[in-house]
Amino acid sequence: MTPLTLTVNGEERSLEVPPSRYLAEVLRYDLGLTGTKIGCDEAECGCCTVIVDGQSVDSCIYPAFKAQGAQVLTIEGLAQTRPGSQDGSCSAPELHPLQDAFIRHGATQCGFCTPGFIMQAKTLLDENPDPTDLEIKECLKDTYCRCTGYTSIISSVKAASEYLRTGTMPDAVLPPVTKPLTQIGQPLQRPDAVDKVTGAARYTDDYTFDGMLFGATLRSKHPHAQIRSIDADAARALNGVHAVLTHAEVPGDPRHGLVENDWPVFAGGPYPARYVGDPIALVVAETAEIAQQALTLVRVDYEVLPAVTDPREALQPDAPQLHPDRPDGNLLKHIKVRHGDVEEGFAESDVIVERTYRTPMTEHAFLEPECALAVPAGYSGVRPPNSKEKAAHDYDSDKLTVYVGSQIPYSDRRQVAKSLGLDDEEVRVIGTLMGGGFGGKEDIAGQIHAALAAQTTGRPVKILYSRQESLIFHPKRHSTIIRIKTGARRDGTLTAVEAELYGDSGAYASLGEKVMTRATTHATGPYVMPHARIDCYAMYTNNAPSGAFRGFGVTQSAFAVESNLDILSAELGMDPAELRRKNVMRVGVETATGQELIESVGLLECLDRVEEEIRKSQASGSLPSDPWAPVRIGSKRLAWGVAAGYKNTGLGGGAPDKAEAEVEVFPDGTAAIRTSSAEMGQNLVGVLAACTAQELGLPYEKVLVTVMDTDLTPDGGPSTASRQTYVSGNAARLAARAMRQQMQNVLAEKFDTHPEVIAFHEGLAYVDERRLAQIHGSELPVEGANSANGSAGGILPGSTRTISFADAVNALLAENRLPKIRYEYWAPQTQPLGTGGDMHFAFSYAVHAALVSVDTETGEVAVERVISAHDVGRAINPLSLLGQIEGGIVMGIGNALTENYIVEDGIPWTERLGQYKMPGIKMTPKMDSHIVEHPTADGPYGAKGVGEISSIPISPAITNAICNAVGVRCLALPVDQDALLLAMRDGEKEIDGHWGQTGQWLVPNGRQPH
Amino acid sequence: MARWRAYHTPSTVAEALSLLHQHKDKARIIAGGTDLILDMEAELAAAPDVLVDVTKIGGIDHIAQKDGWIVLGAGTTHTQIESSPLLRAHARCLTESCGVIGGPQVRNVATLGGNVAHALPAADGTIGLLALEAEVEVAEHSARGTLHTWQPLLSIFAGPGRNRLAPDQMLHAFRFRPTDARAGNAFDRIMRPQGVALPVLGIAARVRMDATLRRVEDAVIAIGPAGPTPFRATRAENVLTTAEAFDDDTVEKAIAAAQAQASLRTSKYRASQAYRHEMIGVLLRRVLQTSVERARMNDAPAEPRDAYPKQCSGV
Ligand SMILES: Cc1cc2nc3c(=O)[nH]c(=O)nc-3n(C[C@H](O)[C@H](O)[C@H](O)COP(=O)(O)OP(=O)(O)OC[C@H]3O[C@@H](n4cnc5c(N)ncnc54)[C@H](O)[C@@H]3O)c2cc1C
Repeated sequence: MTPLTLTVNGEERSLEVPPSRYLAEVLRYDLGLTGTKIGCDEAECGCCTVIVDGQSVDSCIYPAFKAQGAQVLTIEGLAQTRPGSQDGSCSAPELHPLQDAFIRHGATQCGFCTPGFIMQAKTLLDENPDPTDLEIKECLKDTYCRCTGYTSIISSVKAASEYLRTGTMPDAVLPPVTKPLTQIGQPLQRPDAVDKVTGAARYTDDYTFDGMLFGATLRSKHPHAQIRSIDADAARALNGVHAVLTHAEVPGDPRHGLVENDWPVFAGGPYPARYVGDPIALVVAETAEIAQQALTLVRVDYEVLPAVTDPREALQPDAPQLHPDRPDGNLLKHIKVRHGDVEEGFAESDVIVERTYRTPMTEHAFLEPECALAVPAGYSGVRPPNSKEKAAHDYDSDKLTVYVGSQIPYSDRRQVAKSLGLDDEEVRVIGTLMGGGFGGKEDIAGQIHAALAAQTTGRPVKILYSRQESLIFHPKRHSTIIRIKTGARRDGTLTAVEAELYGDSGAYASLGEKVMTRATTHATGPYVMPHARIDCYAMYTNNAPSGAFRGFGVTQSAFAVESNLDILSAELGMDPAELRRKNVMRVGVETATGQELIESVGLLECLDRVEEEIRKSQASGSLPSDPWAPVRIGSKRLAWGVAAGYKNTGLGGGAPDKAEAEVEVFPDGTAAIRTSSAEMGQNLVGVLAACTAQELGLPYEKVLVTVMDTDLTPDGGPSTASRQTYVSGNAARLAARAMRQQMQNVLAEKFDTHPEVIAFHEGLAYVDERRLAQIHGSELPVEGANSANGSAGGILPGSTRTISFADAVNALLAENRLPKIRYEYWAPQTQPLGTGGDMHFAFSYAVHAALVSVDTETGEVAVERVISAHDVGRAINPLSLLGQIEGGIVMGIGNALTENYIVEDGIPWTERLGQYKMPGIKMTPKMDSHIVEHPTADGPYGAKGVGEISSIPISPAITNAICNAVGVRCLALPVDQDALLLAMRDGEKEIDGHWGQTGQWLVPNGRQPH
Repeated sequence: MARWRAYHTPSTVAEALSLLHQHKDKARIIAGGTDLILDMEAELAAAPDVLVDVTKIGGIDHIAQKDGWIVLGAGTTHTQIESSPLLRAHARCLTESCGVIGGPQVRNVATLGGNVAHALPAADGTIGLLALEAEVEVAEHSARGTLHTWQPLLSIFAGPGRNRLAPDQMLHAFRFRPTDARAGNAFDRIMRPQGVALPVLGIAARVRMDATLRRVEDAVIAIGPAGPTPFRATRAENVLTTAEAFDDDTVEKAIAAAQAQASLRTSKYRASQAYRHEMIGVLLRRVLQTSVERARMNDAPAEPRDAYPKQCSGV
């Protein structure tokens, strides 16, 4: 220990810390300033940016002693506490203009990257009061965000700079939407926004308990190996080690899983390690450092088994078997779509196109690595404050409690309880804020291990994964090989599709079957397809498991479908937009799974809007009227490409899809809405607040939202399948409506009138005299009344029968009515695949067009502009909706151009975030996003999902644009500039090579070695 | 990863060297730490017991012109280099190459000394420095005090990631000649957007034109990666300086000479050999054109702009 003295946020701090500390650790763990986040430990992501003596640094790798005597500014020091109140209890922070702008422009979603962005942007504004877009991008080039797509960040920095120069802050520019209601359709500020921009927001690793121990995980080095023995004696003997847990210490079910119970809590005993990263042992120690040190002392005797790492080989009868107890060997599921007669369809067609496409395994790269913290039953000590609290609390835990950022809290509870041999009710899962999920936080990560460790040691135990560990173990997006054959008549009418998909589901099932089912059923594309035969093989292999990832299989099949469509359009000599227009799904048509689409199909309008916008932009730039024709600028060629897509909302396929919500009203005039549904950045909390406020006629700020707590919130189901706005949104809306009706009944008694004339608006309850008059057949005009939300547009002047919402609640209580209502919402029933009914209760649609430039000298590809239109049913919050769209599009750009989680013969090459580049701010194109609203009858106010569709059509739109620009078709992702250049040089028309296999860069279609 | 046990921040070279001498191979120099810490975290470098932080040594980040040299301390950060008016005037290939390293947070702490000592053949700052024919000052502990010797930059590289410094030696400074009249230099690189930190290829060039501004009198071309250590394309330099005029034909010949001399590899994730071969052409065309333009501009104060020979403007 050496004394370290530094001034942090204006306050001199002197502390004794080990000389090996990094500054981020000192700030977070020694000083409790948890606003500074650690996202990668490799100076890659910028989440840890703080300002040291005026210069920004990545504090995660900055030795703390470099800051000896320095001035350090963190996010917590940016907002000035407004003087005024004496005791400090109600002092509101005066936000820095950047913080304010990030809120108003929707630049904070999950919030994990926000402190780093704000600190880094501050260094720019300190030097440059009026930065250009380019200067902003240069400044933020190594600060990564996975949610927003960066556009809102750029506009926030510009807005803040304008505020600093002129004193006025410009508003965010939002796409036009349907006429809003009081709360619905409004760009309301997210409830957690202030916490997220000030560093007060708490994620799991920001929680600390007295006496907390730390867990570290030993993971398999081999893709397939029997564990002969584990010698942990030396580790157990190390000073500070409390326990080493292995398969032998699991008291309950030794395996877990979301669908199939196939994933061992620890490999060992009867369960071999089935991928590099499978957990074998957990060390629990006084400090994270001791735990790491002890890991090196655990000896594992492996019997290495042959591994299978290619899904096609896995299907061969002689392939090594991963799960000998499964009936179909390595075949997790053969999924089939049969519709019409493809032979007949192809016989009717004039042109047939057949290609094989490949998509890589990709990584969610949420900026917050997973963390789980468990507190044993009977623990009594000090509980840390949550985001809303200033101080810690005394705390007695009556049951085993797991703090975790998880997309499915109730499923975590079930799996933890089962493996610990407990009843579900003996476990509580408390969801903390989540630094992004995107599907990657649905499976068990450290939940069971932490709970087991807490149970065993009787102390709170935290398991925080490093970025490198997170990369290796958690489920990924399926890599796929898709052979697809599409037929069309001369006039462009599609006649048939035949496809064969292989999905690499890796070592464990996770959601693999569901994901690949979605890939299969969506493999017709959003088109009328009279004949279809689609077969998908979801395979077990010794690669990392694959599971849910935004797009859920449709990202992959859309790439194949939309690429084939452009090849068809070229062969037919038909405009690619026209070909799509001729075939797009419309109301009244049937899908290949036999579902008749009876409403809410806005695809044609999406296509029209995008095409119109492209033509406008071509005209304004006096560019060729054919937007698909290339334009040469210097060494670059530019062209547009287009693609369409659709994605189901909700679980579908016959799975019961429901959410429960609980509403409570309080005599202080506020309301609470509770459901376990997960907030991972998408602003579900804002949607729930808006629905509740709308139904109760309350100001939005008066609704307190609680999510993700299995003791306090009823089950909202998983945050997956773009379902939460629809399903949990409906649960909240209908719970609130039931509460309103109860209050209407009570107030009707009080005012001696009909319940339906009691209206709620802006925190008041009153007799709507207009509606009353209407009921009585009087002539009073009714304009302004808004029956959709049960409240009038305004109060009739002179209305005397008005009370505050608070008094309305008091009236309820006086009648001994419960101020709390739980509502269980069941989404419309769906049918399993193959039964021919409605597989899904709603679909969202989108068309994306990308203007792409290809440098013909270097092969470098850049997306310059994206025009999109999304049919989302109804925009509940246009600001958050735009964030979902822009973020999804940029994620899709990554899928097309940069991202590949590389595993070779079962061994991950991608071990660090620096080896997995997600798009940075410099890759963000100019985006024009149009909202199309074809309401769906059962959705809340007509809304359906948007979380996934926004990242689906963009990848093929990009590769279609590349082909339009330089005549080379990319059959595999991510596009490799190396292969592209050499193909252009050699006059090749198709490339099958992708980044990650440079060297065998150019494997023209048909001449594949494998 | 096990971490270091002691962290020293000496304020003089002598103090730093004596710590290094005392702890020998148990100690390691740290500057910005942006290579070292990452290597240690990835367990590519063994964690030393003692870190000796050289960035607080007085003068280690000074940039000055003296005695006919431009001298900059080994602890100068990329941010300082990028924003130095002196270096912008004399060493654009250095400000340009250091200016593309990482993002601002990295450049604020990462140093040129660290970039050079890390000894990667494609390190951007190193390539920029090599085109300036820079020398390095190595400071060394000895019984009689600190020894300082100036050596050619290339002499300190042993192989990819390996330098020739002894455990008690450190890089203290770099120096190179100011850019004369009619001289100019430039750097450019090709990156890929995927998961690699270093460029596919980077090239820095420096040229001096003859009095007519038509012919290249002196040329240096540095390419990385084109071999196990930072590479000078001496044959291409020769093509340029022996040619009658700097024109398209000369450039193409220089490219062919560089392509023939460079040993290019296919590295699976960064680039194929064939691609790198093509990029030598693209980059050399770009940097030579910019260097020559700058060289001609460098003469500009005396002459009006349109006095430039027309026949060369198309290159
Ligand atoms: C996100 C990121 C992006 C990057 N991008 C690039 C890039 O585009 N191009 C590029 O070239 N590099 C890049 N780097 C690598 C790195 O930033 C540079 O190489 C940097 O200049 C290293 O300097 P440093 O001061 O951080 O060195 P350190 O990490 O402190 O040291 C590196 C090595 O040099 C030794 N050393 C340091 N100073 C001395 C000295 N004075 N005398 C003797 N030995 C010394 C150390 O012992 C160590 O072995 C990147 C790094 C990161 C984290």
